[in-house]
Amino acid sequence: MFETIQSVPLNHYILFCAIIFSIGIIGVLTRRNIIVIIMSIELMLNAVNLLLVVFSVAHGDASGQVFVFFIMALAAAEVAVGLAIIMMVYRNTRSIDIDVLNRLKW
Amino acid sequence: MTIFYFVAFLSIFFALMTVVTKNPVHSVLYLVVTFFTFTIHYILLNAQFIAVVNFIVYMGAIMVLFLFVLMLLNLNKDSEPLKSGLAKAIGVIAGMCLMVTIMASLRVLDVSAALEITNPDIGLVRNLGKVLFSEFLLPFELSSILLLIAMIGAVLLGKKDKKVDYHV
Repeated sequence: MFETIQSVPLNHYILFCAIIFSIGIIGVLTRRNIIVIIMSIELMLNAVNLLLVVFSVAHGDASGQVFVFFIMALAAAEVAVGLAIIMMVYRNTRSIDIDVLNRLKW
Repeated sequence: MTIFYFVAFLSIFFALMTVVTKNPVHSVLYLVVTFFTFTIHYILLNAQFIAVVNFIVYMGAIMVLFLFVLMLLNLNKDSEPLKSGLAKAIGVIAGMCLMVTIMASLRVLDVSAALEITNPDIGLVRNLGKVLFSEFLLPFELSSILLLIAMIGAVLLGKKDKKVDYHV
């Protein structure tokens, strides 16, 4: 298995993570459903996680993988609080369309 | 080598389907498959601990949370109001601009050395545990406090408060 992965160039990994991250950005910018937006944010976090692991493996340093562990704990906290906020918004506005939430604009 | 490109293609495909699909429940299921492909990537890199944690946390906990909220709000239908075509086009163009910028900077940097797994047991639980509990002990404890605060915040936010009137 190590021989199979050794022939993949490092910048192909970076390109792959850039593509996944951009897909997450596009999801945030084009959707109106708050839950799908949070899912796109998770996609971006995962792209960053994979890149951290790749660099950790490439440099032979375990700190990167420990950092990925912390990012996962942070993502779990973020999703819990975010979904609670979504429940609150839905309870008050009967919709999870972010364009309804434009009262904070001015 | 071909395994990587095949799994990478699958990841990109399912990530696109996550963003494109109208039905939020299908979107969540495509996201589960995307996370599974990421787990395969971690296994290919021999990061076993991260692979297992990714499998449990993302595909278990977070996906159940998403599906639970979707079912609780009864949103399993294509009822999402769509953005205007102009806003969508601008969003897609902005995302593509970011991707092109990253790719262009990569070409300038010219990192094209093949990935070498210099130390194969770096991602094992024993090694990561040693690093986590010696170098990163303080951040580890702080993250436990963060999780506690997040739990309290989620419970407080999700509680139905009868006394406060939100004027809606």
